[in-house]
Amino acid sequence: MNITLHVWRQSGPDAPGTMVKYDAKDVSPDMSFLEMLDVVNEGLVERGEIPIAFDHDCREGICGSCGVMINGIAHGPMPGTATCQLHMRSFEDGAEVHVEPWRSRAFPVIKDLVVNRGAFDRIIAAGGFITAPTGGARDANTIPVPKDMADDAMDAAACIGCGACVAACPNGSASLFTAAKISHLGLLPQGQPERIRRALRMVAQMDDEGFGHCSLYGECQEACPKEISIDVIARMNRDFVVASMHAKEERVLGGTG
Amino acid sequence: MELRSKTPSGPLVEKWSKHRFEMKLVNPANKRKYTVIVVGSGLAGGAAAASLSELGYNVKCFCFQDSPRRAHSIAAQGGINAAKNYQNDGDSIYRLFYDTIKGGDFRSREANVYRLAEVSVNIIDQCVAQGVPFAREYGGLLANRSFGGAQVSRTFYARGQTGQQLLLGCYQALEKEVSRGGVTMYPRTEMLDVVVVNGRARGIVTRDMVSGAIETHLADAVILGTGGYGNVFYLSTNAKGSNVTAIWRAYKRGAAFANPCFTQIHPTCIPVSGEHQSKLTLMSESLRNDGRVWVPKRKEDCAKRPRDIPEQDRDYYLERKYPSFGNLSPRDIASRAAKEVCDEGRGVGPGGRGVYLDFGDAIKRLGRDKIAERYGNLFEMYERITDENPYEVPMRIYPAVHYTMGGLWVDYNLMSTVPGLHVIGEANFSDHGANRLGASALMQGLADGYFVVPLTIGDYFGSNKLEQVAADNPAVRATEDEVRARTERLLSINGSRTVTSIHRELGRILWEYCGMARDAAGLEKALRLIPQLREEFWRDVRVPGTGAELNQSLEHAGRVADFLELAELMCIDALHREESCGGHFRTEHQTADGEALRHDDRFAYVAAWEYGGDAKPPILHKEPLAFENVALSQRSYK
Repeated sequence: MNITLHVWRQSGPDAPGTMVKYDAKDVSPDMSFLEMLDVVNEGLVERGEIPIAFDHDCREGICGSCGVMINGIAHGPMPGTATCQLHMRSFEDGAEVHVEPWRSRAFPVIKDLVVNRGAFDRIIAAGGFITAPTGGARDANTIPVPKDMADDAMDAAACIGCGACVAACPNGSASLFTAAKISHLGLLPQGQPERIRRALRMVAQMDDEGFGHCSLYGECQEACPKEISIDVIARMNRDFVVASMHAKEERVLGGTG
Repeated sequence: MELRSKTPSGPLVEKWSKHRFEMKLVNPANKRKYTVIVVGSGLAGGAAAASLSELGYNVKCFCFQDSPRRAHSIAAQGGINAAKNYQNDGDSIYRLFYDTIKGGDFRSREANVYRLAEVSVNIIDQCVAQGVPFAREYGGLLANRSFGGAQVSRTFYARGQTGQQLLLGCYQALEKEVSRGGVTMYPRTEMLDVVVVNGRARGIVTRDMVSGAIETHLADAVILGTGGYGNVFYLSTNAKGSNVTAIWRAYKRGAAFANPCFTQIHPTCIPVSGEHQSKLTLMSESLRNDGRVWVPKRKEDCAKRPRDIPEQDRDYYLERKYPSFGNLSPRDIASRAAKEVCDEGRGVGPGGRGVYLDFGDAIKRLGRDKIAERYGNLFEMYERITDENPYEVPMRIYPAVHYTMGGLWVDYNLMSTVPGLHVIGEANFSDHGANRLGASALMQGLADGYFVVPLTIGDYFGSNKLEQVAADNPAVRATEDEVRARTERLLSINGSRTVTSIHRELGRILWEYCGMARDAAGLEKALRLIPQLREEFWRDVRVPGTGAELNQSLEHAGRVADFLELAELMCIDALHREESCGGHFRTEHQTADGEALRHDDRFAYVAAWEYGGDAKPPILHKEPLAFENVALSQRSYK
């Protein structure tokens, strides 16, 4: 099959960008989307041009490195699928395909389709953990976790941190990402002692990074390659409201971070 | 070069506790005076960086990905072993130790493996405390499943995403330490050399992958947790970025490279679909708990639809050849068996390089819902890639390069032959011998990172007086200059071949001659072809762009340049080891029924290769393996 690509090219963070047209010829339907880009890049190098930069690593849909807007949809047309797991059989022969980087003020473009998602690491650093220093943990089976609760925690923990939720959100909100971690840890008995400060600090950091607010459009759960439900946002909001009532106490306790 | 394993004396079961008592300590006030560099942020590196920071050391942690959460440990699917004996099925630390030694075909160090089994139980406790959402039974207790090479259920798992959940636990601990100020994180930063001053590792040279800046970072010790080198084969289950550069640079600075030819070929991967293939995708070994592996008995049936082949015309060859372990035979054995039936012309799918992994019986026995609960995400992944529904038609699988047991040689303290340079996780050679059992890589990475290296680093600092090293030290300057010159050289060749085309060609040579079955003639041929390809690379490769920007072609070129040297060492090692053991199968050395034939009288040692200098052969050093607790025997899974 033959595909016409329109790809966002931007040589550096401060350079102006533009859409550039490329013809991808003799594409096999069994290729992944990234393998199709590999072939285009091989051709560019052979012609002495600069290949298209894009993030990718595991190509199994789990590392969260890859992700581009494909015809305006984060990770492209197939639901529950990261860009690396999208295959060309999802496109028609002769299709025009527009490829752009994640759109968000909080994810500045580094080059072409590569963006800086460091804000996600800082949100986790603000409180997305259980303080359990190495050593001294008690026997694992002394902390029973009801199966349904463990399953809900696992559903939330499946987040791969790709940023599609932010890119898909009309407000550029990172609520699905932040709420997934707050839910994962807040559902488990081990996560209770830090539940209040976790919610306060992660939400504050999310705001500081310049992500927009959530107004429950639900675009994020549509785009999420792990199909994380916006139910987690309800949990985050509840934890945040409860935590806000404890905010004074948090300020007293604060200062260790 | 002298290989001193520093294995503690005394009975096996007491070695680690004795050693922990005998090791020197650094008092809490002094720990903050030491800086430790950790390269890699996977299970081994991430765990080490977080744990060292918790102890009070200053840690600088480096990864080439844009976030430490993306290290390749994340892709591990099936599970992590631990000798908890929660199932009351006769497991024990000693049994896990024994299974691991036997699974490795008696080519690993007893004391290391025993320690691994010993701390395995602490790993599960630690991970649960961090909030890792392991699978649970209805009573709220932890669930287990079985894995290859064991007859007990000791594998803990989080759906088919165990590596992800363990890594996120580790990553969260790491970010906790970043926010506390104990760890400085350097993402999108690639290590290109190790700085050795007066014989000790004192830092690294890195390239900032966004700005292109080449910089030196100095420290009191360096830890490499940089993973395996399976991508030398071009096609493997490794992430595209996984590479050998960190440990290869260390090798060229004096760290011995142990058993480089010990490669694990995983039996259950999705077969190659065409020339465009950029990587291979693993289907978790856990599938072999319920899936049955078969091919048609007759060649003529291979083109038929699998459901049209009646039961009596199917050859469940693993169940037939290995009745006691059946579909859960160890990886090396299952892979070779698949190759054998395909070589006989009984393979299925395009090109005849595939076997069926069939869930038909399991779905009949347990129902579709139960199978979906156990493997749903794996089935979806398979369908996305192949466009076939494994609930309806059997999966097609074929072996693929997955893991490298070889790596930098380390002593009992996980220190290489360069003092101050520690190596952990897949990057070292230590615990898996000639074949790693399933669900043991996660265990080893976390054992090294959480429970071993944070202690042995203290012993290194407590036992050695380290001098100050200034940034303008001649050895520091020289190393940095060499890195700059090498980068400029790659950019200046401006030839006609792409990096990928050379990498793919290298992969084909290695897969053909140093893959699942090896012989002297093939290895000698590879040893002629690889230097020719390397020469062509340095004469004719084309790396577009400049060094002062994000340049993925340049990153790839640097890694392939190192793979081109490593490949030769792998073949030299495979040629010298005139026996078969585990994943290293020399066709000249097999039993009457085609199993690996070891020669313990001549090869019960670790082959540690010392860099001999440019254009000079490497120098072989042998660490004899003494088996005081287990009897060397012919492995049998029949």
